[in-house]
Amino acid sequence: MARGIKDKVAILGMGCSKFGERWDKEADDLMVEAFEEALKDAGIEKNQIEAAWFSTAIEDQHVGKSGTPLAVALRLPQIAVTRVENFCASGTDAFRGAVYAVASGAADIALALGVEKLKDTGYGGLPQRSRGVLNSMWWANASAPGNFAQLAAAYRAKHNVSKEDLKRAIAHISVKSHDNGSRNPKAHLQNKVTMEQVLEAPIVAEPLGLFDCCGVSDGSACAIVTTPEIARSLGKTDIISVKALQLSVSNGVEAQHNSWDGSYFATARVASKKAYQEAGVQNPREEIDLIEVHDCFSVTELVTMEDIHISPEGRAIYDVMDGFYDHDGKIPCQIDGGLKCFGHPIGASGMRMIYEMYLQLQGKAGPRQRKELPRLGMTHNLGGFPHQNVCSVSIVGRYE
Amino acid sequence: MAKGILRYGAYVPMRRLQRKAMVAANAWFNGALKSQSKGERAMANWDEDSVTMAVAAARDCLGDFSRDQLSAVHLASTTLPFADRLNAGIVAGALNLAESVAGHDHSASQRAGLSALADALNAAKGPILVTAAEKRRTKAASPLELSSGDGAAALLVGEGDVIAELVAHANRTVDFVDHYRGDGVAYDYSWEERWIRDEGYNKIVPATLKDLFAKAGVTGADVAHFCMPCTLAKVAGPIARKAGIPDAAVRDNLALVCGDTGAAHALVMFAHALESAKPGDLILVVAFGQGCDALLFRATDKIASVKPARGVSGYLARKREETNYQKFLAFNDTIELERGMRSELDKATALSSLYRNRGTLTGFVGGKCNVCGTLQFPKSNICVNPNCNAFHSQEPQPFSDLEGRIMSYTADNLTYSADPPACYGMVQFDAGGRVMIDFTDVTPDDIDVGRKMDMVFRIKDYDGQRGFTRYFWKATPAENAAKQGG
Repeated sequence: MARGIKDKVAILGMGCSKFGERWDKEADDLMVEAFEEALKDAGIEKNQIEAAWFSTAIEDQHVGKSGTPLAVALRLPQIAVTRVENFCASGTDAFRGAVYAVASGAADIALALGVEKLKDTGYGGLPQRSRGVLNSMWWANASAPGNFAQLAAAYRAKHNVSKEDLKRAIAHISVKSHDNGSRNPKAHLQNKVTMEQVLEAPIVAEPLGLFDCCGVSDGSACAIVTTPEIARSLGKTDIISVKALQLSVSNGVEAQHNSWDGSYFATARVASKKAYQEAGVQNPREEIDLIEVHDCFSVTELVTMEDIHISPEGRAIYDVMDGFYDHDGKIPCQIDGGLKCFGHPIGASGMRMIYEMYLQLQGKAGPRQRKELPRLGMTHNLGGFPHQNVCSVSIVGRYE
Repeated sequence: MAKGILRYGAYVPMRRLQRKAMVAANAWFNGALKSQSKGERAMANWDEDSVTMAVAAARDCLGDFSRDQLSAVHLASTTLPFADRLNAGIVAGALNLAESVAGHDHSASQRAGLSALADALNAAKGPILVTAAEKRRTKAASPLELSSGDGAAALLVGEGDVIAELVAHANRTVDFVDHYRGDGVAYDYSWEERWIRDEGYNKIVPATLKDLFAKAGVTGADVAHFCMPCTLAKVAGPIARKAGIPDAAVRDNLALVCGDTGAAHALVMFAHALESAKPGDLILVVAFGQGCDALLFRATDKIASVKPARGVSGYLARKREETNYQKFLAFNDTIELERGMRSELDKATALSSLYRNRGTLTGFVGGKCNVCGTLQFPKSNICVNPNCNAFHSQEPQPFSDLEGRIMSYTADNLTYSADPPACYGMVQFDAGGRVMIDFTDVTPDDIDVGRKMDMVFRIKDYDGQRGFTRYFWKATPAENAAKQGG
């Protein structure tokens, strides 16, 4: 295996807008909101940025194509801007572009910014959009919750779990994330909910109810990266560095070959394993202190706990119900509320996860700060559907 | 060599709309409808039309009959989805018939089905597939809405080992306008029933029968099965009696259990008669509509050797009672539902892509790797088996008749569906291959992991902006679909 990028790149500054129904803000307002925070945090001038990666997912109902929306919104000095679209993993993939630019030496300081303005459709849930000329003619007429809900049927069949037990476990996940979101002033949803509320909510796609689905939000998040050496020369002492960045993309096996049983994410298993290897993590359950995963739906979070090799296969339900992933558990998951409550402006979500890790690793997360200062955090950002998806995993940690 | 029928089949949609419910909704407006409260009518799902029902009847008819032998395919209906696109060509594509097959659409009369059968019998040596289907749009609170039913029939015509040979054919063409549907108009306009009976049926049919019996050298008394669709009361019986046909030979027109399937109904009644015909039985099939067709068949000693997969009786027995008249109106676009913004997604079809991918989309043909044997859908350049990945190794593999089982599923209330919740999931074929596919004719209670599913040809989307119907295959619980596995 290649040597990887461990500790070659440091995060110089990060920013994140308030997520939510930002009725009064345009996409460029959100970009500037996140960018100003990051720029201030980095302590550099805008003109020191040498290259940028810009992530949006549903650009046809949003800012349009190409790198120009970012360049224009931030008045970047005619530098390279590449637009990245990789489903809901777009944000982490933009970050990967910026990190690779610095790691390669092509740029000393690079920017990754993600934004999504989802609340201009006129209805709840993700926007309707074409799935391609040919796909539209035969793919099942599936929504996002409908695709992810199917994990539940397959997981129950595989592990012999009753409908009720699974429903309670995924409800616990949502209750936990709402609890965490209540301590996050930037979160879209800051209300606590009870098990009863979650269990009795209207069904969106069997067995997922309203509270099993994440928020659809407007928002932006942003990272400025450089080398640890430059970060130090700019006066940074508490340096957070990138330990691993992996992306795994389905090649049609899950959708078309009978070797996949529908109960897990094949890509997440590959990407997380490679990330641990790149970061030198031997035993993730013992070494990872904090995780942010792509909880687009509660059941996604449940099976992901196994796919990232933290809960043993078939045991995620028990870890969840034991509070292992609660904010005061051994490995808190979605300590910021996750997609569920922080919100899910698609192109920004991956970067938002890294933003939270960045704050937590420095002990700057305020009321939601993990009590014992984390050393190593992991983010998992997924796009597509269980049977065909892209999965990004990052590991970031204190530069020691 | 004897010309006649080689095989037969039918299709009746699963839902049976209860006439009581229809009358209860409309009697406030027209109290006379109460006399039509008995029984039920076949009600197509929102994703069915004359083309999909014809495909279903053809599959019921053909079974394992080698489709490569077919020389022609006919489709008769007054409710064809396309005014200018060979509808029979869609049927041929869904059945994966060879491109050398001839295709014919027949329309514009309630006797189009029987006329198509007559044409096929009078024409080539065959085997020729004749299908007829109808899904009539009817005005709310109309008698026609109560008497109609949706359905289809299919007959395989040819020479040789026929199960019923054609004895004689007679016809009349008379511009007797009992009802009509003008071009571009959705609904029928009808004249007085008593006039239709006295001047229409009672004059045109007997004259045709007289010719027929003279040609055949038989009398009415010899007829064992008299199949004549007619929704008017006291027409078929008296005509039979006048022609000397025994009362017992007059076949049930299925009014109470199915309704009149329009251009298909003579063939539906014929297919039903073939199920119970004995060797030597004379079967008389008559259809009325701007004249009359009358065909006389004699069942041969092969009659019991061929059975449809389900047939009229099988499909009539497979049913789900529907009491929601409002749903019927919505399925037929008789009322304008608030379908929500999610229904507004543009469903434009790239015709060039549809044509390139017609095997995948219309024929449900995937690939079978000739290196490792893996079945896969859709067919692709590189084998999906991770241990193979051979290039350009896939032979065409039809999936429509393979046995599949549900691997994962959901019932989705968010996505737009004309009949929510939208049920869909991953269906895995026992022989290999899988597809994430829409389910149809299901309720959420019907589905679970391991459930056996059949594949059916249905409407995928209707592009109302451009008037284009897009078809694909869907999964539906298999007959005797015993729940298996977890």
